[in-house]
Amino acid sequence: MNHKNPEFVFLGLSFNPANILMLFVTCLIVFLIAFLSTRNLKVKPTGMQNFMEWVMDFVKGIIKNNMDWKTGGRFHVLGITLIMFVFVANMLGLPFAVIWDDYLWWKSPTADPVITLTLASMVVALTHYYGVKQLGAKGYFKTYLQPMPFLAPLKVIEEFANTLTLGLRLYGNIFAGEILIGLLATLGAGSAFGLVGALIPALAWQGFSVFIGAIQAFIFVMLTMVYMAHKVNTDH
Amino acid sequence: MLGNTFILLSANGGGFLSALNGRLNLGDIIVTVLFFSILMILLKKFAWGPLMGIMDQRAELISNEIEAAEKSRLESHKLLEEQRALLKEARDNAQSIVENAKKQGETQREELIAAARAEVNRMKESATLEIATEKEKAVAAVREEFVSLSILAASKVLGKEISEEDNRALIEETIVKAGEGR
Repeated sequence: MNHKNPEFVFLGLSFNPANILMLFVTCLIVFLIAFLSTRNLKVKPTGMQNFMEWVMDFVKGIIKNNMDWKTGGRFHVLGITLIMFVFVANMLGLPFAVIWDDYLWWKSPTADPVITLTLASMVVALTHYYGVKQLGAKGYFKTYLQPMPFLAPLKVIEEFANTLTLGLRLYGNIFAGEILIGLLATLGAGSAFGLVGALIPALAWQGFSVFIGAIQAFIFVMLTMVYMAHKVNTDH
Repeated sequence: MLGNTFILLSANGGGFLSALNGRLNLGDIIVTVLFFSILMILLKKFAWGPLMGIMDQRAELISNEIEAAEKSRLESHKLLEEQRALLKEARDNAQSIVENAKKQGETQREELIAAARAEVNRMKESATLEIATEKEKAVAAVREEFVSLSILAASKVLGKEISEEDNRALIEETIVKAGEGR
């Protein structure tokens, strides 16, 4: 299970080409799904347009649960893109993993903590940005003193904890799923007896992983909007 | 811009970054953010934007339709009331016309009967008058004849010619007296 990650250094920065490849594939798939299903838009929707509208309404519902639509509307695009991106990323590692010369090339990009933590940091950074934008610098710093000034250190810690849990929850779930799928695949590939033994659990776990991937995408967007609401709303 | 900053950082104080590179894929972080941002911008331009537009358009269309339906409902209600009023008016009109015609017919009948009656009376009167005149005339003729006969008889009796002109008045008087005497 200890596959090495490919690596190269460019301009003094180290890159993992497997991550870049998988991110690109994810972006491509998300873009193609969204682009192809929004050709031929009609006022009376048909086919894939219905699906995309459902996704939009779903994210809209998540945002509306957390904040006023007037302030939350601007996060709609972020929310839809995020949920599609995370979901597709979670799904990519399920059907197979490609290992070349002991290097892991095909996997879920979200099975890498660097990527999930980057996404989490990006989201948290955005919450701070919109917090300052919405409340002004004074109002933004005031939120650290509420409800009690002596809780301010805890509030600061909370920001880091939020980032870590948001990123690591996603990473942990997807990585664990891939580990188990990998183990079952190894078992199945070992012998005919192993194949029979691994078939049912592998199918079950793959189905469960699809479920987990969807749930994690939902949770990621949900928590994004919760954190956003904490920073943006005045009544918190 | 972010990428440039990192490149600048790595060019100037490479020590810290190269130490970090061994443990952390800084490049991956940049690529993740970059890819995600590009994806979001592209999707906003090509997918979410048009989709949101069409959804707004639909919402507007539906609200317009509802408004129009409400309006046409009110209008048809108004028209119905109008038609009902018109129908009622027409019915009243018809009723009055029939009544008028009936009344007029009645009067006309009366008039006709009266006229007929008057005509009959008039004819009767004129007939009576005519009969009277004729009778008078006949009487006068008979009387004249009688006078002539009387004169003739008298002249025969007297044996001489009586001047009709001289005695007519006398005879006529006599006859009138005789007539009255009868």
